[in-house]
This record gives sequence, C-alpha cells and structure tokens, in this order.
Amino acid sequence: MLEVEVKGSVGGFHIDAAFASEAGVTALFGQSGAGKSTITNMIAGLVTPASGRIVVDGQILFDSASSLNLPARDRRIGHVFQDARLFPHLSVRNNLTFAHWAGRRHPKRPLAEVVELLGISHLLDRKPGGLSGGEKQRVAIGRALLSDPRLLLMDEPLASLDQARKSDILPYLDRVGEDAGIPIVYVSHALEEVARLSQTLVIVSQGSVLAFGPVADMLARTDLGRATGRHEASALLSGKVVAIDKHWGLASIDMGGQIIQVPALDTAIGEDIRLRIRARDVAIALGRPEGLSIRNALHGTIKSITDETGPYTEILSAVDGQLLRARLTRASAADLGLVPGKAVTLLIKSVAIDRRQRTPAPRKSAQG
Amino acid sequence: MDQFHLQPHEWEALALTLRVGAATLAVAIPLAIAVAYILARFRFPGHGTLNAVVHMPLVLPPVVTGYLLLLAFGPKGPVGVFLQNTFGISFAFNWTGAALAAGIMAFPLIVRPIRLAFEAVDPKLEEAAASLGARKLVTFVVISLPLALPGILSGAILGFAKAMGEFGATITFVSNIPGETRTLALALYTATQTPEGDPIAFRLTIIAAIVAFGALFASEIMARRLKRRLGASDA
Repeated sequence: MLEVEVKGSVGGFHIDAAFASEAGVTALFGQSGAGKSTITNMIAGLVTPASGRIVVDGQILFDSASSLNLPARDRRIGHVFQDARLFPHLSVRNNLTFAHWAGRRHPKRPLAEVVELLGISHLLDRKPGGLSGGEKQRVAIGRALLSDPRLLLMDEPLASLDQARKSDILPYLDRVGEDAGIPIVYVSHALEEVARLSQTLVIVSQGSVLAFGPVADMLARTDLGRATGRHEASALLSGKVVAIDKHWGLASIDMGGQIIQVPALDTAIGEDIRLRIRARDVAIALGRPEGLSIRNALHGTIKSITDETGPYTEILSAVDGQLLRARLTRASAADLGLVPGKAVTLLIKSVAIDRRQRTPAPRKSAQG
Repeated sequence: MDQFHLQPHEWEALALTLRVGAATLAVAIPLAIAVAYILARFRFPGHGTLNAVVHMPLVLPPVVTGYLLLLAFGPKGPVGVFLQNTFGISFAFNWTGAALAAGIMAFPLIVRPIRLAFEAVDPKLEEAAASLGARKLVTFVVISLPLALPGILSGAILGFAKAMGEFGATITFVSNIPGETRTLALALYTATQTPEGDPIAFRLTIIAAIVAFGALFASEIMARRLKRRLGASDA
C-alpha cells in the first residue's frame, strides 16, 4: 500500500500532490514537466517536501507533522533511474550486488533468480560501458530489485531508449510487475506503457494530481483529455483468449459475452489479456454493417458524448460492463443522431490491436 | 667515463630528493583528497577562503613562503617551539623541513587535478548509491574515490615533480645542508656556484631528467591501466 501527500517548491515549481494506491503497479502519468520526477524524488528521499506524508507498506518514510524524514539510504526504495546510473568502474555482477556489499541490504531473492528474470546472465562479467541502453536498464532494474526494496520506483525507465529497445524490455517489465511481490511506482509520459503495465493510474499535471484510480476507469474519463493527450486517448478492455485460429492467425477473445478477434501473435488459449484500444481506431454504426472488412462489431450503449466545439467528439460506450472510447467527427455523430442511451455497434479494426497494445492481464489479487 | 660516475654526495642528494618526494606525497595526497572533495562537493561559508589559502603558495614568491615557514616552524617560531616542547619534533634545518616546504609548495598542484576529477564524478551516481543503502563514507570509498583515481594520479605526478624541483622555499626555510636539506635542485645550484662544478652540474642534470622521465612514464602506464579498469575503453 502506498500513500503519498506532498507539498513543496523546487526551483520555483510548485508541487501539491496526493494519491494512494493498493498493491500492484501504480503509474504516475503526465506530460514532460508535469512534476512527475519531482514527486518521484520526494518519494525516494532525494528532495524534501515542505510538508506532507509518505507511507509505504505501513512504514512512514516522511511525515512533516512529526518531523520524520528518513534519509534516502534508509528508505529501502529500489530506484530505477531514467539514465540507469550504473557504476562504470564495477562489473555488472558488482553493480547488481552493490546493495548487499556496500549497503548491507539482504535481498530475499537470490541473484540467479533476478538475473534469470531479466535475461542478463550473459552480462555478469562485463562492465556497464559496453552494454546497450536496454541491457543497462535491465541491469539497473535488477540492481534495484536486489536491494531488498519495499517499493520499486521506476522513473521513465524506457524514455531514453528507441522503439525497438522499448519493445525488447517491455516483456521484462511485465514479468517484474507480475512477480516483484512489492508495490511498483512507474513514472511515464507514454500512455502506451502505462496502460500496459499499471493497475492504478495517477494523472499528474502542473505539479498536482488531476485524478487517480483504477487504470481502466481513468482511461475512460473523457474529461482528462488534455492531460492524457487526445491523440493517445484510449480504453482498456480485459478478456480471456478462448480460441486461436491457426489458419488465419487470429485469436478470439471473450470480453465478457462478446467476442473480439485480434492477430494471435504469441497468445495462448486460456490466457487473460488486456487490450488497449485507441479511440481513433473505433468507429460507430447504427446496425451491423454488411460488406465491411472490419471484423469486430460489438454491441454497446452510449454513455456520454463530449460537448466540444472543434471538429471532433468523443463517445464513451458501455460494452458488457466495460468502457470503450470512440473518437468521431462531430458531423458523423450528428448525422447518426447519437445520444446517450442509444444502442450502437462499435467497430474495431483487428489490425489496430498490435503487440504494443496488449499485455497479460495483471493478477486479480493485485487489483486490490 | 669517470665523469658519469656519481660521487657519494651526489648519490646522497638523489636519495634525499626521492625521500623528500615520497614523504611529500605520503602526507599531501590524503590531505589533498580531503580538501579537493570538500571544495568539489560542498558549498559553505569560507569555501572561497579555503580555496584561496590552498592556492596561496602558487602565487606567492617561493622565498616568501619559505620565510613564513621559517617564522612559524623555525627554532624560534611559535609552532616550531610548540612542536619541539610537546612532541620533540623539529622541522628546522633537517630533511623533514625540506619535505614540509616541498609539500606546501606542491599542495595546490596536487589538489587541482583531484578536485577536477571529483567534480567530474556524477553526483547522480552518489544518489544511486544512497538509494541502494550505502552510507556517505562507503559511497566515497567505493564510488567517488575509484572514479577520481586518474585525477589523483595526475596530482601525484605533478606534486612529485614540484617536490623534486622545489628550491626557493626550501633554501629559505631549511637552508642548504649537505645530507640533510641539499636536494638535487639545491646541489645543482651549489655546483654552479663552485669553480670546476660543471661536470657535477651536468651529472645532476642528467639524473634529474632520468627521474622525471621515469615518473612520467610510470604515471602514463598507470593511467592506461586505470582507464581500462574504470571501463572507459570497455567495448
């Protein structure tokens, strides 16, 4: 459990943020310069808030009311920095075990297990200087995991990597999130990463928290468009893989009644899966259209329509209890006579749901 | 060939010079590391003053420094009297005095590269070490100090060179006593002041060149090894 309430100014920038979350991955999401890093540094103990309270797992790390301020070295927070910050003169092995031999921490997980989890066993005897960006970041994550942390704090760990490297490392992050056994705070300005990895989403804007809550609820909120970025507006659908058509390479996913088909890629039958569906990939029809290439047509009911003046409008629909966002032109919405409560068919192109838009569903227990 | 054979008192000058150089480094390097780290990492009232005091010997005429040392540490100086009465130590007119003079003259030259090296160590690495539970002293010993080693090596070689060649402060403070304070530089000067001293001056010049070259060569090799150890050329 994580409880953060911090106020303070750093270099003229004012922070006033409060949020709480249960176990699992909590994403701190916001545009660059929103104050995410400052809040992160306050949690880590690198920046002292003027006032507030930070509690992790029942342990008070900072509390201005009782003048308690644990120094960074005693907070037991596994901090993964954007720039990895590996010690250049030490081998990968000595970097990984640094907390043990220099910080007197006693990691509960053996080195071999963490090395295996992150796929870095072949790097142990190398120096950080020769590693690729993705390898460095994996070593940095391993080093943090091996510091016996009560919280893993990941500050934009993918921001300095190119797209190919990000795709390399994301599966490892999925695994870390699944079996770290400790809460994780994941800082990012990429909605794609956040939607994939987190259970709780905290939206940060101009030094304060706009909203926080379960990630699917947050993404479905059309009022947070400015903070999340319109282009990336999306919704999360959870389902179970019920069939795989090898011939056509498609997987059928049961969304709680209705079936959606997506490219099978490496999914397996029975797997719980989470799909991120961007609002701009969803179209709306009044009935099931004929002679159309789009394979997914879901029945839903319109819940709300944003009142906008530009060319676009956002429509939030309920599909079997889950929420789906669609971004249409205002003209289309008017032509079809869309109003809240109206039954519609939501069309989703299967190809829009590629590997980057899906992730194994986080365990239910982690949902809190 | 006879003129290339060192006379006993020339051996003596060489041995004394090496001893003064070694003693200077042994005492000045740890002190310089502490001062350099403080100057590089901390901002406090008196920061500028400390910096100025450290650099003083660089800008003062060496004779002035030597004279000040004589006033303070000489047989009648307050510090000299105190040390003599309390610990029975005297810097006056013996080789330890020569080492003290050399050390003070060399100190700014030793501090400077070490300070630059500490400034080049990313403080973010120290933050990372703290997040992994390392105390400040541990972080200093296992992160900052090893990463600053190339700078410490440069400081050492500069300091040794300065200690070897130090003249003005030494002759003013501890005079020019054969076997006690007559280092190579002083011996060479003495030779030039002596009729028929040219062959001696010539031999001493060659020795000085060999020692200097040797020190430079050794430091170059160590610098390369360090660079490899620190992972700079690891590809």
